Amino acid sequence: MLRAKNKTGLVFFPAFDWAIDPTHPEREERLLYTQDQVFEEGLFDIDGITEYKPDLVTEKDVQRVHMCVPDVKRVTTNSHFISAGGAKTIGRAVMEKEIDCGFALVRPPGHHAMRVVHGGRGFCNINIEAIMVEFLRKEYGIKKVAIIDTDCHHGDGTQDIYWHDPNTLFVSVHQDGRTLYPGSGFLNEFGGPNAAGTTLNIPLPPNTSDEGYLYTVENAILPILDEFKPDIIINSAGQDNHFSDPLTNMNFSAKGYADLTSLLKPDIAVLEGGYSIEGALPYVNMGIILAMAGLDYSNIKEPNYDPSRLSQSSSVSGSIKDICKDVLNVWNNRDALRDKIRGDGKFHERARNIMYDTDNIYEMQKEKIMICDDCAGSIRIESSSDTGHNLFGVHIPVDACNKCKEVGYEWFETGKSGSFKNTLLQDRSEDNYLTS
Amino acid sequence: MIIGLDVGGTHTDVVLLEKSGPVKNVKVPTDTSDLFSTVLKGFEKITEGIDPKKIKRAVLSTTLTTNAIVQSTVQTVGMIVIGGPGIDPELFKTNDHYYSVKGYIDHRGREAESIDETQIKEISRKLKKDGILHVGVVGKFSARNPSQENRVYEILNNNFEKIFLGHQISGNLNFPRRIATTYLNAAVYPIHKDFFEAVRSSLKTKGLNVPIHILKADGGTMSFESSIDYPAQTIFSGPAASVMGAIATAPDSDVIVLDIGGTTTDIAMLIDGAPVLEPLGIALGGYKTLIRSLKTKSIGIGGDSHVRVEKGEIKIGPERLGRAMAYGGPVPTTTDAIFVLNEDNSNEFEKAKIAVESIAKELKISPIDAAQKIFDKACDVILEEVEKTVRQINSQPVYTIHELLDGYKVKPTTIMVLGGPAKEFAIHLEKMSNYSVGIVHEWKVANAIGAGLARTTCEVMLFADTQHNIIAAPEENFSEPVGSHYTKNDAIMQATDLLKEKALKNGSSSEDFEVEIIEDLEFNMVRGFSTVGKNIRVKVQVKPGLIHGYDPIGA
Repeated sequence: MLRAKNKTGLVFFPAFDWAIDPTHPEREERLLYTQDQVFEEGLFDIDGITEYKPDLVTEKDVQRVHMCVPDVKRVTTNSHFISAGGAKTIGRAVMEKEIDCGFALVRPPGHHAMRVVHGGRGFCNINIEAIMVEFLRKEYGIKKVAIIDTDCHHGDGTQDIYWHDPNTLFVSVHQDGRTLYPGSGFLNEFGGPNAAGTTLNIPLPPNTSDEGYLYTVENAILPILDEFKPDIIINSAGQDNHFSDPLTNMNFSAKGYADLTSLLKPDIAVLEGGYSIEGALPYVNMGIILAMAGLDYSNIKEPNYDPSRLSQSSSVSGSIKDICKDVLNVWNNRDALRDKIRGDGKFHERARNIMYDTDNIYEMQKEKIMICDDCAGSIRIESSSDTGHNLFGVHIPVDACNKCKEVGYEWFETGKSGSFKNTLLQDRSEDNYLTS
Repeated sequence: MIIGLDVGGTHTDVVLLEKSGPVKNVKVPTDTSDLFSTVLKGFEKITEGIDPKKIKRAVLSTTLTTNAIVQSTVQTVGMIVIGGPGIDPELFKTNDHYYSVKGYIDHRGREAESIDETQIKEISRKLKKDGILHVGVVGKFSARNPSQENRVYEILNNNFEKIFLGHQISGNLNFPRRIATTYLNAAVYPIHKDFFEAVRSSLKTKGLNVPIHILKADGGTMSFESSIDYPAQTIFSGPAASVMGAIATAPDSDVIVLDIGGTTTDIAMLIDGAPVLEPLGIALGGYKTLIRSLKTKSIGIGGDSHVRVEKGEIKIGPERLGRAMAYGGPVPTTTDAIFVLNEDNSNEFEKAKIAVESIAKELKISPIDAAQKIFDKACDVILEEVEKTVRQINSQPVYTIHELLDGYKVKPTTIMVLGGPAKEFAIHLEKMSNYSVGIVHEWKVANAIGAGLARTTCEVMLFADTQHNIIAAPEENFSEPVGSHYTKNDAIMQATDLLKEKALKNGSSSEDFEVEIIEDLEFNMVRGFSTVGKNIRVKVQVKPGLIHGYDPIGA
């Protein structure tokens, strides 16, 4: 009789009645063949594997992470509430110790959704991992969280949300941004003045295969995790590094994904992208689930899998080696890097333009953060977009010191009398979210 | 007239039903070592003084196959499984003579690796040499494309008495369950066949030449002729008989049915007059199967449950150590508490009082209080399990936003009780809860009535893949080419036609053909950025229920 070594929870929510549009990669059909495979293999019958029905997240769960413009309802659909809810359900079950680990196999994905949301970008509207993490922080008081994003695209949304948070280690492994959407995720993006080094990017060259990925996990990610000592590890488990993915240029296999999962040992995995819906997803998802459950996955392989055709060149191996070395350098020198960004000022500012490719919206954003040694620092955001909406938002971090809290409320008061149509306070320290 | 016969663990109930209602019932003790003579005795007694020509059909619910599986007295069979990549099929091994062979069909029904005919021939020789007569053949995704199973069948045919193919057993996707179910069918086939052929010929000699139907675990029936190909469908029909009997008097809302027996209480649920089924199939004797079945939960509380005090608390069951002390049993039981509360000064009451007094002494309370506490506790446990069952049904995963947000949530307000202590439990459960609690009419024979009047049920699964220009229902041995304009509605109509054909073949009458669409999904298949076809899945069933034209209650 088959019995899982680790009690594993699954939320499987394929949203068979929802699509961005009928021929969009993020459409009804996406998880159909995964369902066929998972059902036919009888995964939900295995002792120790439990299927959960997803809860819906609340509006407050979303507000804890996002500043939605003009409001939560108008930038989301039910599907987003369920998808984030699936992640939350697994997170809760892990925290309640009903399961050792779990996988939210949900859609739509979330890792391109940033703190400010004017609409959808990279098929994402709200960040389902971040919503889960902030819920778990609030409900269970966890502090240190590591999010390892193995989607082939840079997790720029999650990076944005945790850019200033020294208690969240965000590592994104992805295909080099010079060759793929969203075009970011380079080594020099390593976090803000209060959190330098807890954002790390590992851009891999096209045609990286199993060997290169596993090398990166063993030689860069695992040593950093060992040192960071997170309370929980989350894997944003995008499946578009697969050799058959239509949107990317990598050579990862189902077996490789399973190996990665057993190395990383995430407490929670959340599905992100992956659009080879027949050739990859059925097998990759099987591999991930079996690996999480601690079951043998050596017989999982794609019907057309040919390792010799997928092996990576020595130049690819060489550059991966160099990149891993560089990443460890950033991590080891994070204090010096922090001092360098901070300079002498009390505040740090940046201005950005953000493209929402899915909804075709263009946002301009200015951000100001308190430089602080006692907490993650309050943040002030001014954002406007070509939809005509604009926002003045203030974020007070969960561990805010008195000074940052005070400044945050002062900012909010100034904002209310300013010219912005939406003024918003995101006070994580009091779990209080105000708009005016 | 119809005969309904339900073989139970200790006795067998038989009822004779006229259109106007039940006219006669008898009870005979069950001899588990000789079910054949038990069944015959039942038929003899019920037909005494009745003109056999008036009897139109007989429906049997037996424990024959269930016992064989649970006691592992089934026949030795051969199994050939075509697994391909995935979880190692050796992990699903059901028996000796189990061979995992080359070959693979993928999720779309495409052949990804062919079978090795030499390998199959070699296995065929071995099985034959080992004296195997019955073989099961199961391929992964054979419910999408049965060609490899069929090819193996052609190679094996002529060498074996009966070969069961996985795709004919169920259209549901679940390879391990398909293996287990195919195995069970092959394994119980000879006992099932011998038994019913014997029953049929004995009845014939008594002038009872009527169609024999057999109750299935899903609360429906099939003809004896059809059961030859699906003998495992007859397992675990006992709970179904009682629940179908309860349907006759249950309101049309959501209803909980409690069958309170000596050792256990079985909990089932009705929605709109039809029983709730297991999503995939029954689990029995360590096998998870694709055998359609009522969703029932059995808990270890019954009239004969052993009552004792542990750490100052009353404990009831799950063991039964014998009958109630009121009837001369060895230890205090729930029934003893009921006797004390009823205070009827009967002989039994006196003996029950002694039983309850022993509990009362330990708790340092009066016997009446102790009896009350015992009964409260028993009802508490049952109500708790009822809540759990409802929660579980409502938390069954769904896969569309529509179902998640607007899906039906069961909210039962009524409980129907049957079984020995039904009356006392009904009164007390109602007192202790917000349910309105009723007793199933004629509950002592409701099981036999339920068996006698249950409809023929079956289901059909059809899928269409217009990119591959095919519609198919492999379980029904059906496939046809289709064009790109084929729609979900076409598929529903096609599936309904197949269902009707199947239901009539299995012994249904057309007036009881009530179709339910269980699943209807249609996906655009997009490759690159253009739609290349549609992927349609339809599942229809005959709604379980009672046949028309017979009043289950009567005057």
